[in-house]
Amino acid sequence: MGVGSGRLYAAVAAGGFRRYATYRAATAAGVFTNTVFGLILVYTYLALWEERPHLGGYDQAQAVTFVWLGQALLAALAIGGGGMENELMERIRTGDIAVDLYRPADLQLWWLAADVGRAVFQLLGRGVVPFVFGALLFPVALPREVSAWALFLVAVALAMLVGFALRYLVALSAFWLMDGTGVAHMAWIAGLFCSGMLLPLNVFPGALGEVVRVLPWSSLLQGPADVLLGEADPVGVFVFQASWAVALLALGRLVQSVATRRVVVQGG
Amino acid sequence: MTEAAGTAGPAGSAGAAGVDGPGRPGPRRGRVLEGLRAYGLIAAMWIRSTMAYRTSFVLMTVANFAMTVLDFVAILLMFSQVDALGGWSLAEVAFLYGVSGVSFGLADLAVGSMERLGRRVRDGTLDTLLVRPVPVLAQMAADRFALRRLGRVTQGVLVLVYALVLLDVDWTVAKVLLMPVMLLSGAGIFCAVFVAAAAFQFVAQDASEVANAFTYGGTTMLQYPPTVFAQDLVRGATFVVPLAFVNWLPAGYVLDRPFPLALPEWVAFTPPLVAVACCALAGLAWRAGLRSYRSTGS
Repeated sequence: MGVGSGRLYAAVAAGGFRRYATYRAATAAGVFTNTVFGLILVYTYLALWEERPHLGGYDQAQAVTFVWLGQALLAALAIGGGGMENELMERIRTGDIAVDLYRPADLQLWWLAADVGRAVFQLLGRGVVPFVFGALLFPVALPREVSAWALFLVAVALAMLVGFALRYLVALSAFWLMDGTGVAHMAWIAGLFCSGMLLPLNVFPGALGEVVRVLPWSSLLQGPADVLLGEADPVGVFVFQASWAVALLALGRLVQSVATRRVVVQGG
Repeated sequence: MTEAAGTAGPAGSAGAAGVDGPGRPGPRRGRVLEGLRAYGLIAAMWIRSTMAYRTSFVLMTVANFAMTVLDFVAILLMFSQVDALGGWSLAEVAFLYGVSGVSFGLADLAVGSMERLGRRVRDGTLDTLLVRPVPVLAQMAADRFALRRLGRVTQGVLVLVYALVLLDVDWTVAKVLLMPVMLLSGAGIFCAVFVAAAAFQFVAQDASEVANAFTYGGTTMLQYPPTVFAQDLVRGATFVVPLAFVNWLPAGYVLDRPFPLALPEWVAFTPPLVAVACCALAGLAWRAGLRSYRSTGS
């Protein structure tokens, strides 16, 4: 990839960022909703950890931090939907995808760049305020060292890659199904449950816990959370996330090449 | 399909009788019936339309069901680690969950599409609804009517049955009668929340997500016992947005639980009144919102 194409994808990412930054009322509404959900979850977690202190190896403050981290990352990682997948599926369904394929740019990298731009905006625009709100009102467990925060940001960046790779595969299903909304819904549910959004994965008992912890979705919330809370070796988490990112992006590329060979652009 | 025809049928004939029949009722009642009839027709049309993509419909219904199932699985997983949450047992929490799920599911099925109003205002398609001789509220509520939302209702019913099997309720006539009243009033309260949230979108078009905090957030909160939450949050959910009347108060009566905020026992029987009041207020909010609507004209 030359310098020129690097600039192209940077421009696409910046476009993605600006596009979401335009809708200020929507961002404010999202902040409000994430804060309300955080409040509801935090009280249920407090009751749970009241009953069983040190459940899953977390203390109460760590459990509270996990809740607000989840609310901060939910929109950025599009765990429950809201990423590029809807738009890409619509373009596949309507045939506009032919225009995208015609561009002198790589389809997967183009959408990745746009999605990273969106994710960075949503992390800043929608994630920070609920997190700060939660940290001010409830007892939280946050590291003091800058290095720990830097490691956390690396984990979040890798989570963005894994999240995109998963949703790209979901969107490509529209080449075969035409209407991919059903698959997208299933994927969002799997994401919410298996990322730890409904309940931290370290609380999952027995074999179920072991299975969900090796699935790609655990890269999204559980991985970054454990890095921030100092509950996991950062290098181990990074290797886990990067392996899934490479495998899923490669699979996406394979599916894409099969899919695009099937495309017949209708004239008129 | 047949169900849809069934709903459209009776409502349709009633609507016709309301307008043309002898001793015709006041124009207001005629308009309500007309709205219901239109709602049935539009909903039936959307059901036929969804059936064009059958695989997607099946997947969506399963997804709708699975989403809420996993929601409950998370609660089961919590109870695999503890015996009680906020002093409530699994069966009692399942009861709260079931009532909240069924009430919300019914409301979501009936008027859940209202949350798309902001989008319609933004892209200008609301104007097409304004020129049709059918109440806008009925058109909006039936827009993209999604039968797949029955998935959520089904899951709520199953959890409620599970709870009733596990629980050893000391049944009385009042408690038995309260059950259906509770579910329908709860659906009414959630319908009012959906409509009020839609009315708010006339003012803040892009801010449609605020509604989710009260609809989805509301039903999530009601899945857990009131003892879990801070007193101020419970107060807000009782006196500001009266979600407590969906299940916390009536369920507290059925399960013989002390009432939150030391409220008297008779409030367990007030959900129908609260639902009617909420719907009336939501209707006024809707009317005010619709009146204030100015199309972009472009």
